[in-house]
Amino acid sequence: MTVDKKTLKELFTRTLKVRRFEEKVWDLFGENLVPGTLHLYLGQEAVAAGVTTALKKTDWIQSTHRGHGHVVAKGADMNAALAELLGKESGSCKGKGGSMHITQFDVGVLGATGVVASGLPIAVGAALSCQMRGTKDVVACFFGDGASNNGTFGESLNMSAIWNLPLIWIVENNLYAMGTPIKMMCPSASIAQRADGYCIPNVVVDGNNALDVYEATVEAVKRARAGEGPTLIECQTYRMKGHSRFDQAKYRPEDEAKQWLSEERDAVRIIRQIAIEQGALTEKEAEKIDAKISKEVDKTGEFAKKSEYPNPEDALTDVFAEVL
Amino acid sequence: MPEITYRDALKAGLREEMLRDERVFIMGEDVGLNWGGAFKVTKGLAEEFGEDRVRDTPISENTIAGAAVGAAITGLIPVAEIMFGDLITLAMDQVCNQAAKMRYMFGGQTSVPLVLRSVFGGGKNIASHHSQSLESWFMHTPGLKIAVPAFAYDVKGLIKTAIRDPDPVMFFEHKLVYDRKEEVPDEDYTIPFGEAKVRREGADVTVWGTFFMLHKALEVADELEKEGISVEVIDPRTLAPLDTKTLIDSVKKTGRLVLVTEETKTGATTAEVAAIVQEEAFDWLDAPIKRVNAPDTPVPFSPPLENFFVPDNKRIAQAIRDIV
Repeated sequence: MTVDKKTLKELFTRTLKVRRFEEKVWDLFGENLVPGTLHLYLGQEAVAAGVTTALKKTDWIQSTHRGHGHVVAKGADMNAALAELLGKESGSCKGKGGSMHITQFDVGVLGATGVVASGLPIAVGAALSCQMRGTKDVVACFFGDGASNNGTFGESLNMSAIWNLPLIWIVENNLYAMGTPIKMMCPSASIAQRADGYCIPNVVVDGNNALDVYEATVEAVKRARAGEGPTLIECQTYRMKGHSRFDQAKYRPEDEAKQWLSEERDAVRIIRQIAIEQGALTEKEAEKIDAKISKEVDKTGEFAKKSEYPNPEDALTDVFAEVL
Repeated sequence: MPEITYRDALKAGLREEMLRDERVFIMGEDVGLNWGGAFKVTKGLAEEFGEDRVRDTPISENTIAGAAVGAAITGLIPVAEIMFGDLITLAMDQVCNQAAKMRYMFGGQTSVPLVLRSVFGGGKNIASHHSQSLESWFMHTPGLKIAVPAFAYDVKGLIKTAIRDPDPVMFFEHKLVYDRKEEVPDEDYTIPFGEAKVRREGADVTVWGTFFMLHKALEVADELEKEGISVEVIDPRTLAPLDTKTLIDSVKKTGRLVLVTEETKTGATTAEVAAIVQEEAFDWLDAPIKRVNAPDTPVPFSPPLENFFVPDNKRIAQAIRDIV
């Protein structure tokens, strides 16, 4: 597949944007401004960037508990996203959701969920809706290696296949479900091959390479829009941090972590190099883009910090469309 | 006005809504061409509306409910059927964590206009997995509306209100009322949620109950009339929102209250209603509130066992006599 220069630049920009956003979250967390827990997307940026660059604005994504990157890559307002993580009134969920429910519906995010594997059935319904309403939009559903061991995986893959739904299943295999290695919990060499049982075309890609992810997604989107049904893409990747707030991921073997977290495997570096090699970007441009994004993210941080907390009584609103 | 069964009144309501609004569709196990629903509620609808809009699903309750959520948030109005109320246990995450919470945890960004139909109750000798009455679980879940129609006229008006409601509605039916006939208008009408109906006026004691227990309570009221006891019978019609005003007004008139449902006693809807009445009408009570429920056991199979389990006219009458 030939990928044009504009797209390569966009892949670099989105990967970097997610990286800088998450670094800002990490900093604010360090300042003790992020209540509760958080699951950082650092390390997996190429997956969200690659997938969302292959989608239109009206296409949908279903996110997970590790969802900041998905939402930012899909084009969310970063101010509203970051303010939500800080529990502020200006947050996209008015401070009612936080990290695990970070969502911006108007840019095509169906939702982020705190229940592992619960997004798959929702993606089935959204894809069915696209099909029945004849919109030609598609749904990309993110989930992790751990989710592939839940019952909804089988139910939802099956339903997507029998109904030929415009759905792209994106497995973000970061090798660990919390602290449990997928090797221990999955008998097959890949998660992708489980899709064979549901007659769903599947592929394994380097999840740290935004271009690989993008190319696989473009193929899947093409099939989905043409009415040819779902595809499963397993993106192999790795968390830069632990599972959640205080996890230092000491259960990961040193060699493995060293290899995955090396400079050569870094998602930003990989797409940067590809874009430069293919003439889509110069070093100078890359630096300029980085400076621009960093500035934007800094401003976002200021916005989130300055924003007010919601009124305590606001806890009572939004249960139903109208107060009962 | 024609007398038709509860089943046909429900079907008429579904059919009229499908004709009125093309976004409405039905999905569930065996709801379509080959069967028309386990209780034949949807029989004939697949022939009329096609298999896309009256959609058979695999036996995948969690994904049926989740797909309804996904379809609802993206522009359709699904009426999903779970064949037996007992099987909603398999869909609890999608019902209670997703459908019920989405509007709230996403700060009002999302509406979930779905209807989930299912059926409760014993009396058919189909034992512990096909006979339970689990409505209190959902009454304990903020974000869900709950309709509990026991009469043919109500079931048509309430299903229409459910379908037109912007929030998720649990629409519970009872196995033993499908064949009961009543006068039901041919034309379009809706019944607002949160409006109880006084089924029978009386002066000495108020009986509040749901589903088949209402029919029994009305028989008991006729019997006790002969003994000079005047019984008022109240049908809440929806549990969320719950019409407490009609009930409290009645208790203020009669000074006595008997609560009758087929649920196992501990934590049943009757416990909640008793608590509300003592909070709001303590000074008007002339006797302790009585509860008539099933014992705290699974639903047994053998006819003498099940007949013992499900409250009968004798137990309802005794509870009334005890406090009058």
